[in-house]
Amino acid sequence: MRGRALTEEILQTKHTLRTLAALAAAGLALTACGSTDSSSSTATDSGSCTAGQKLAFLGATTGDYGALGQNMVGGIKLALSEYNDKHSDCQVTLKTYDSQGDPDKATPLATQIVQDDSIVGLVGPGFSGESLSTGKTFNAAGLPSVSPSATNVTITQQGWATWHRVIGNDSAQGAAAATYITDTAKASKVFVIDDGSDYGKGLASYVHDGLGSKVTGTDTVQTGQTDFSATVTKVTGSGADAVFYGGYYAEAGLLVKQLRQAGYKGLFMSGDGSEDPAFVKAAGAAAANGAILTAPAGPAPADFDSKYQDVNGSPSGLYSTQAFDAANIFLAGIAAGKTSHADMNDFVGSYSGQGVSGPIAFDKYGDIKESVIFAYTVKNGKLDTANPTPIS
Amino acid sequence: MDFAFLFNHFAQLTITGLALGAIYGLVALGYTMVYGVLQLINFAHSEVFMFGTFAVAWVVVFFHGTGQTNQSLFGTLGLLGLCLVAAMLTSALIALLLERVAYRPLIKKGAPKLIVLISAIGASFSLAEVMGLRDRIAGWFGLQDDLANYVSQARNVYSSPVTIDPKGLFDIGNYRVTDVDLFVIGAAVLMMVGLDTFVRRTRLGRGIRSVAQDPEAAALMGVNSTRVIRATFLIGGLMAGVAATLYMIRIGSTRQNAGFILGVKAFTAAVLGGIGNLRGALLGGLVLGVAQNWGAAVFGTNWQDVVAFVLLVVILLVRPTGILGESLGKARA
Repeated sequence: MRGRALTEEILQTKHTLRTLAALAAAGLALTACGSTDSSSSTATDSGSCTAGQKLAFLGATTGDYGALGQNMVGGIKLALSEYNDKHSDCQVTLKTYDSQGDPDKATPLATQIVQDDSIVGLVGPGFSGESLSTGKTFNAAGLPSVSPSATNVTITQQGWATWHRVIGNDSAQGAAAATYITDTAKASKVFVIDDGSDYGKGLASYVHDGLGSKVTGTDTVQTGQTDFSATVTKVTGSGADAVFYGGYYAEAGLLVKQLRQAGYKGLFMSGDGSEDPAFVKAAGAAAANGAILTAPAGPAPADFDSKYQDVNGSPSGLYSTQAFDAANIFLAGIAAGKTSHADMNDFVGSYSGQGVSGPIAFDKYGDIKESVIFAYTVKNGKLDTANPTPIS
Repeated sequence: MDFAFLFNHFAQLTITGLALGAIYGLVALGYTMVYGVLQLINFAHSEVFMFGTFAVAWVVVFFHGTGQTNQSLFGTLGLLGLCLVAAMLTSALIALLLERVAYRPLIKKGAPKLIVLISAIGASFSLAEVMGLRDRIAGWFGLQDDLANYVSQARNVYSSPVTIDPKGLFDIGNYRVTDVDLFVIGAAVLMMVGLDTFVRRTRLGRGIRSVAQDPEAAALMGVNSTRVIRATFLIGGLMAGVAATLYMIRIGSTRQNAGFILGVKAFTAAVLGGIGNLRGALLGGLVLGVAQNWGAAVFGTNWQDVVAFVLLVVILLVRPTGILGESLGKARA
């Protein structure tokens, strides 16, 4: 029995080896075909079009932050569908890499992205944490990237020539939010809360810096938390007349709801991470009314949402406009015939145009040059996305 | 460290902590019952709860529409009754499905405990992702437009359009106790007492206790263990449905991963009170909820879990079987 099993095993191993060898040979043949194919196609397809060009998206499309990533993917898809309608002979497609917003998961995906030669540009990474963990890889490969949403200040201080963002960073937004709280809302005792994330903590710390001695207390909650009773007790106990929250809408909505239910009457303010219709839904109309949400982006044009809905079948959300703009920069580069990474990166770096989220041009660090911070108000149970006030 | 703050707001922190802990306790019942009978942690129980929260929100949307309003607790009791029934049915159905698909085939074949555990973890992810992909699942049947109010933006926060405003009733210390606080704590205690009586007094309850004590002897005495296991999952699911309704009254929003953190806390509550022990589950939940709030008050909210888990470690060091010990079944090392 034993001997027989052994021979079988050896036979099987031999068999496996043979299959492997056959596969390897086939693989070589395919690679050979592939290379001749691509060289011939570049030779024949003269003009600006290179077939099979792709944009990549790196960010969370599933997992806890999947909703944000899907807003971005929707924006990119709208840009692609508009481009492909105009260039029916030269379609550009999107390849989505799902990091679930996790810096550790993003790192191997970045390696995959830079190894795919058909990818001409990256929209993303979605979050600040994953931007910091992958920036080196993209920079070494020379692949240009434009993030629609990563706002942490330190990313553009790393000296990565390929990294850009179409959204103002947290420092500008934090200073503007502090100005609004002191000058417009005239609050004197401010409670500053953050969610402990790279984004939330960063933004809250810039608000804190801007407010100085007006800060009466601070607290850090957790992403995914739904019961804020301890934090609510702290805020109501401190007698604060304004609360600033650095974090995302899911927690912000529940926080303001529980604050109002506990009798808090002052101003509630948060940043771009909360500027989403789901904020109002989570809070309930009555609790959300009067909340101020700052964002480094102007209102989207009136027809953006309907066009978005036609392509994606769902309404646009936070970061959809920025992702649309980021994709359009690359598409303009493709239309201008920029095929190599270096050419595309130069094109992105010197790009200047009007996007749906505002005027777009980058400084030498990859930060957006002109970023006006707007204050959006929740009125009558709706986030008024059409009429924000610019904060100066 | 801010002890003065804790003492100044002691009543508020304690009562809101109890209300949160009551929900942990109800979910913990599901963990503790399955453990009592199968000596297995049902890691997918958090998703049983999560489906219940969605059932509540869907019923509200179905009967009320999506217009946002604020109502009092007693103004919505009728609607909440419907929500409760829907949540209990949904959660029980998911729990039974779980037992049928992820447990029974493995237990029948005598698979090692570890395999069953892994199967439960897999079921947990699958259920959470099914909820997160419900827009696409509706899309297969071409229903995504008809059901847009229920399935669109499947990964986003999903909120009940009716916000329940708590009403202050009377003061304890400097905190005005609300009707929602009392309702949640009262409902949890009531369910607990009911379940405890059920397990102690009824024929099926006796069956559950006998399988927990010694499955083989129970089988010899004519107890149908498959039926008992199914009943255990069913009861756990019903309790999770009640917890889901109370959760939606207090919090009002859910999402496809809402079960995860709550499940971890509820499991901790079950261990804290003595896993396998029904009364221990509720006690563990209440202790955990209060400890968490006190910890958040003294050290800051980001430390609340540290405080809760340090408490767990300390209690397990002193009493390895939890506060009340294991009582459903035999002593297990």
